[in-house]
Amino acid sequence: ACHSEKHVGQFYTLPSAHVRHLFPNGLPWRFQHQTKTFNETCIMVRQPALEVISCLKKADYSQPALRYLFYGLKGSGKTLSLCHTVHFCYTQGWLVLHVPDAHLWVKNCKELLPSSYSSSRFDQPLQATTWLRNFKITNEPFLSKIKTKERYVWTKREATEAGSPLGELVDQGISRVKSSSDVVGAVMKELRLQSSQPGADFRMAVAVDGVNALWGRSTIKRQDKTAVDPEELTLVYNLRKLMKNDWSGGAIITTLSQTGSLYTPKSAYLPQELLGERGFDSVDPFIPVSVPNYSEKEFESCYLYYMDRNWLQHPQSRTEEGKKELIFLSNRNPSMLERLCGFL
Amino acid sequence: MAANCVRFAASLLGKGVNGASPTNPVTLQLYRQICGTSALRRKNLAAAGPEKFTPEFIQKQIEEFEIGKRHLANMMGEDPENFNQEDIDRSIAYLFPSGLFEKKARPLMKHPDEIFPKQRAVQWGPDGRPFHFLFYTGKQSYYSLMHELYGKVLNIEKHQDRLRAKGLFSTETKQISLGTSRWLTKEELEELLVETISTHDYNRFIQLLERMLSMAYSSLEEEFILRHRQQLEAQTMHQVVPPLQKDDKGVDFSTAEGKRKTSKSSVVVRDCGSGSITINREDYLHYFPVLQDREQLMFPLQFTGLLGRFDLECTVSGGGRSSQAGALRLAISRALLSFVSEGEREAMRQAGLLTPDPRVRERKKPGQEGARRKFTWKKR
Repeated sequence: ACHSEKHVGQFYTLPSAHVRHLFPNGLPWRFQHQTKTFNETCIMVRQPALEVISCLKKADYSQPALRYLFYGLKGSGKTLSLCHTVHFCYTQGWLVLHVPDAHLWVKNCKELLPSSYSSSRFDQPLQATTWLRNFKITNEPFLSKIKTKERYVWTKREATEAGSPLGELVDQGISRVKSSSDVVGAVMKELRLQSSQPGADFRMAVAVDGVNALWGRSTIKRQDKTAVDPEELTLVYNLRKLMKNDWSGGAIITTLSQTGSLYTPKSAYLPQELLGERGFDSVDPFIPVSVPNYSEKEFESCYLYYMDRNWLQHPQSRTEEGKKELIFLSNRNPSMLERLCGFL
Repeated sequence: MAANCVRFAASLLGKGVNGASPTNPVTLQLYRQICGTSALRRKNLAAAGPEKFTPEFIQKQIEEFEIGKRHLANMMGEDPENFNQEDIDRSIAYLFPSGLFEKKARPLMKHPDEIFPKQRAVQWGPDGRPFHFLFYTGKQSYYSLMHELYGKVLNIEKHQDRLRAKGLFSTETKQISLGTSRWLTKEELEELLVETISTHDYNRFIQLLERMLSMAYSSLEEEFILRHRQQLEAQTMHQVVPPLQKDDKGVDFSTAEGKRKTSKSSVVVRDCGSGSITINREDYLHYFPVLQDREQLMFPLQFTGLLGRFDLECTVSGGGRSSQAGALRLAISRALLSFVSEGEREAMRQAGLLTPDPRVRERKKPGQEGARRKFTWKKR
């Protein structure tokens, strides 16, 4: 957690208990496989993540929340930098609201219900329940501490009284699938209100991966085959409210992602291109952090890590020549390097 | 049909005989065939052997060739006196442009000696008596050559004996410098002797030559031996090396082009020190997401061991993914020639880095579904 500039390029291990709590499915897929193979979770300390962490340390939390945006070429390590920052927040004892991939909410939806709260919107019970479950695992200590301030009515017979612990709200959402999206909205509203208050003893970190999904287009269609705007999805609507700067006492850390995004060209990686006009305006005062490919030192350290774990089996990959070839073929892109070493 | 014709002739003749007046005694001739089938008249071409050209015919062809050469020179507006074979080839290619792929099928104008196969003049005189004493062996030139060779071997041995008698025999004499040459092949020997030889004969010939070489004083017959050796092709490649130019900042760079199967590419290789590569102003990781293409690009650099040293700026157009990668690879290897030593160049040539791939898409033929695939064969 207390990393500094001197540690750039070195790997540090996340304790497995933390990993289980923090990232029930928050890590990228390939990285999860790597974790299973190596039996440990190791993230490299890199410059962009360090910058954000130092900003977080120095920030003033009575001001409105600051927005950080990781952007970069495909496979250059944005999601892992996000995870690094989130882990830092977790170790500092913050409440973490982690959305692993916002694109999952905007495409491939199997069930779409008209919202009970407002008739123009749509609900997504499946994604909402998954998210609530993950939230529960991540933030267990906070669930009993925070109390709701308002009364929420779900159906004619069920209601949650004001002053009940957050845990009950979350359980309500998990058990009553139909109203889970509204529960999500309620949870977000509560947390937003409570962290803004000066008497709050916790800080909130909102970490969203693939934030450009919130303002792009979606592939979900209604029954009459007209497309659904992301605004009309409850989950997206509530998340957008969170992204606005009107609350304080925390930070918003986001990443752009081209891989999951819909209807964007493959070569787009800058914030303007991927967020679109609306998105850019809403996110406007933000701190962009670019995530480049590995520098020489970082490449060295990654290579040594793989050697250390005996991941590179081919005899030629251990020579100087092999290293040069790896540099050439992957162009120092972290994900390409990982894929290459995968079958060596 | 033959029988009908014959009968007809007989009846005609018969009538003729009957109609003739008894005053003119007509000698009765045996009937002859007036017409026959085309099958009977067709000559057995296979039994005649290869076409025989008389020396007069060849001479006439040579004269016609010379005249034609002068006409051609006049047509092209060049000097008729100094018109050589290359000029002839150039002019013919200009006057009769041909799109045929097979070079031997294109129009050609060469000296008759090169076109008509060499044939032996008649070996016997007007009285039927052959000129050469070995004519009745069947392979007269071969046996005369062997006879001559053996005579020379005996000659050398006699010389050696004489020296030994005088006591001046020594084994350290001047050996014939063969250099990079080899014995004539059987085909070349046949061409030289203008007659066919069997493998057995050829082996005997080579054995005798080797024996002669192994003797100490074989330098006496050096000229004779060298006549029967063929110089091997010079091992230097006829490769055009792109020149090494210097940039404004003093950085060496060279340009080269490459082609493969409808893709054309041009590459500028700079000696900067970083290993960055740009293709059509895009990063190569984005342009070639497939590993195979990037490996193709890497091959020339990896082979010469100059991976991280150069900065490549490439442009490529046409073709598909694989052919673009192949074109780029050829262009990179050609550009690297100027940075690399002679021995390395030979190694690259042998590795196949410098050979343009001649494979092009084959044309679809009528009556078939594709270039080679035939339609499904139905038995009935």
